[in-house]
Amino acid sequence: MTILIILLTAMVLAAFWSVMTSLFLRATIALALTSVILTVIMFRLGAPLAAVFELSVCAGLISVIFISVISLTQNLPINEQLTRRQNRFTRFRYLPLLLIAAAAGLYFVRVPLNLNLLGPETVADVRSVMWDLRRFDLFGQILVLLAGAFGVIILFKGRGKDGG
Amino acid sequence: MLVPFIALIVINLIPKGKGAGWAFSLALLVFLAQVAAVFMLFFNVGVPAFGQLASLLAFRLFLTKTSLVLLLSVGLVGLTALSAGRALIKKADQQLNFISLLLISLTGINGIALTTDLFSLYVFIEVVALASFILIALFKERDAFEGVFKYLVMSIVASVLMLSAISFFLLAANGTSLSAIKLAVNTPGSFVPQAALGLFVCGLLIKGGLIPFHGWLPDAYMTAPAPVSVFLAGIVTKASGIFTLIKLLGAVGLNPQLSQVLLVVGALSTVAGALAALGQKDMKRMLAYSSISQMGYIIMSLAAGTALGLAGALFHFFNHAVFKTQLFVNAAAVEEQTGTRDMDKLGGLAQRMPVTGTTSVVAALSTAGLPPLAGFWSKLLIILALWGTAHYFYAVVALLSSVLTLAYFLSMQRRVFFGQLAAGLENVREGALGLVLPAILLTSITIGVGLVFPFILGMFIK
Repeated sequence: MTILIILLTAMVLAAFWSVMTSLFLRATIALALTSVILTVIMFRLGAPLAAVFELSVCAGLISVIFISVISLTQNLPINEQLTRRQNRFTRFRYLPLLLIAAAAGLYFVRVPLNLNLLGPETVADVRSVMWDLRRFDLFGQILVLLAGAFGVIILFKGRGKDGG
Repeated sequence: MLVPFIALIVINLIPKGKGAGWAFSLALLVFLAQVAAVFMLFFNVGVPAFGQLASLLAFRLFLTKTSLVLLLSVGLVGLTALSAGRALIKKADQQLNFISLLLISLTGINGIALTTDLFSLYVFIEVVALASFILIALFKERDAFEGVFKYLVMSIVASVLMLSAISFFLLAANGTSLSAIKLAVNTPGSFVPQAALGLFVCGLLIKGGLIPFHGWLPDAYMTAPAPVSVFLAGIVTKASGIFTLIKLLGAVGLNPQLSQVLLVVGALSTVAGALAALGQKDMKRMLAYSSISQMGYIIMSLAAGTALGLAGALFHFFNHAVFKTQLFVNAAAVEEQTGTRDMDKLGGLAQRMPVTGTTSVVAALSTAGLPPLAGFWSKLLIILALWGTAHYFYAVVALLSSVLTLAYFLSMQRRVFFGQLAAGLENVREGALGLVLPAILLTSITIGVGLVFPFILGMFIK
């Protein structure tokens, strides 16, 4: 339990770093770190398959995509970089107020502490989940992939010709 | 669902040289087949091979009369968008991409209509959203990228809320089927399922562009290419946000707190959307705010929580799909002919574009709720549903907002179609056939549905 709390704290800190940093590359690294810690948490909680997906897709593939995109962008002029770096905390000025309001809201709603959760239905074999229970979603995922492929074709084809 | 998917694959297998014409014909057949299938299902005429296909795929799909409304709406709006795309998109490869993404969206919306599982609903909402992002950026214009970025950011917020809700349902409802969720939400003292329902509804309100979650909608509608605006405004946001809400709350039920929240959001959207529409110069932006206002009506009707309220919401959903699609087609025709959407630079176009002008007047009057057009009956149902459940204030808001609707549409008609012909528009002609024919079809539906209302009422309430 103690290790889990330490891991959760580390994950929140990494996520916080990802949002607060002014450099895209650092934000990507922080996001990958968040995913890696989440992977460890998932392993410890007995969800190895979800952990593998998290590690390969979120920490791996998505980081690669982000870094590829960053490599396609240009740096801002130094002056603007400095200004942005100095002002990067101003957008969070209302965050403490929001947190206090959320805490007050939760207090007044009186969230029951004993939530008595059933937990998800456990099916031993992931193949059974994917094929027998969620086959319709697989069809949706194929559509998402197709839409993504069209997105890449539309947005990147002829990029050189457009000069973009 | 499978027909548009197979058509999508076939279209992309056609050799590029002769692709666009074939692709258009095939997609046209798909949309016509969808409309025909809805009528066959409504009149209980068997659709050949439907049963065998369903058993082969083991998809647990459920077709209800509510689903038929969405299936019919997307068929009609898709036909119109396709026709507008054929008329307005000049490059063959862009036309092919447009048709392909339209078919992906159609498949996604059909998935929304047919599933009874919340996670599947989410998956298909994302399919439609992703296709919409790419459609808006189809021409790779800077404004469109800005519009789609706002849409994307708000959409991600909605996705986070919906996914969180789904994970809470998995923990507390032991599944994501609508029946399991209904059981969990209606169990006394069930805090987590009710909070999850609230989160999911918030996500849907963002997807639907209701006030105060509307920031992305006017920019997305305005910056999208004209045929995309037609599809986006006609069905996409309504299917993802509003129809899913109708489906979810129709299945799960509505508690008094959620009803109150929806009434407030609906009333705010109705009034603020109409007031914002009054102040616009850009024709498409005005129509976008008008959409927000009309979706407010649907939400208020749904929040009444009665069969009449549900019927009013569904009927107005269908009517709004028809008349808003038509108004966006009219705006596309005006922009195609004059090169501008700025209403201050237009005027007197009814002399040069009589079909566009006349159909636009009919659609505007239907939106404002003038009898005997279809919009009158749906607004009447909404007001009766609100009055019948003692929500007198909201009934009055709905009634008075109709006056505002009439005001901004009369202003639009006066500035665009009536009065003196604006300078420089002497050579303007009627819009392309691909824009005029759908406008005539949709006007006929608006008038026809208004005239056969008693039969339609029976269908919606059943």
